[in-house]
Amino acid sequence: MKYVREIKTAFKVSILILMGYTILGFAFGLLLVSFNYPWYIAVLMSLFIYTGALQFVAINFFNAKAGFIDIAIASWFINLRQSFYGLSLIKRFKKSGKLKPYLIFAITDETYALLTTIKDDEQLKKRWYYFFLLLFSQLYWVFGTTLGALIGMSIDFDTVGLEFSLTALFVVLCIEQYKNIKNPIPFIIGAIASIFSLLFIPKDKILLVAIFIALILLFTFKKRITDE
Amino acid sequence: MNNSDIYIAIAIMAVVSFFTRVLPFLFFKKRELPESLEFIGKYFPAIILTILVFYTIKDMDFGTFPYGLKEILAIAFTASLHILMKNYLLSIFMGTIFYMGLVQYL
Repeated sequence: MKYVREIKTAFKVSILILMGYTILGFAFGLLLVSFNYPWYIAVLMSLFIYTGALQFVAINFFNAKAGFIDIAIASWFINLRQSFYGLSLIKRFKKSGKLKPYLIFAITDETYALLTTIKDDEQLKKRWYYFFLLLFSQLYWVFGTTLGALIGMSIDFDTVGLEFSLTALFVVLCIEQYKNIKNPIPFIIGAIASIFSLLFIPKDKILLVAIFIALILLFTFKKRITDE
Repeated sequence: MNNSDIYIAIAIMAVVSFFTRVLPFLFFKKRELPESLEFIGKYFPAIILTILVFYTIKDMDFGTFPYGLKEILAIAFTASLHILMKNYLLSIFMGTIFYMGLVQYL
């Protein structure tokens, strides 16, 4: 076989996110079918959207019958960090030719962390190594989703409270984020903006209003934040 | 949402997600990043993650007993576990079990 070395190395590295993606994908599939949506909706989302945070939040969009424009704007903000991931991958993905669209599509929090932390083996054909690494990662995600959705459909157990897995995911990511920036002000801004919209804004606009208030506060206190 | 609306919503999210991913590859091939973009890039993730924590508990009723205490407890539990054990799967898993226990058995 042609790219055997690349496939082997990619598989070895991808094991780091095997567990995480399978379990989180499983939770997503399970949660989606618990609201009586068909299982293949979950699989479609993991195939074509492939971003954990947004997929979980999308269940709220479906339940709340959110408008399409609101969905588009909210998705953009929720995914914005991936634009910044891309910035630091431009050089790495440079000579990847026809594989490039998939490499760009498959950037996620976890694969970005892998791509930027693991040291590259100089002998490998880079683009194929990246391609298989990202492909394996998405396979785990799709596999977990499918399994969760199918099991959730056929076994009837009490899933009340399962939606907290999403809250827990964001709590954990917040802590990790704090370790990166070591500055409490953005978190305080996020909390103030959220509490304000929870109290005064109708449910289907909470997310967007909170984001806009937070952006205004972010630029108002720009100097204090960068001085911290 | 009915099924056809869900398909449209999925298509929109797929396009928007790909767009946010491909954006830097289209516009910042050589140019330097403007300072204000760098500022957003550094601090916006923290803000959006905090907002998402609140957004996911938006359906809880904070006006009547137990005033969202279960959510606050479960968040505190998850956060402490994560700070102590630094294992994010364990924190998410145990935090969810803890919360499910609270809402199903109390």
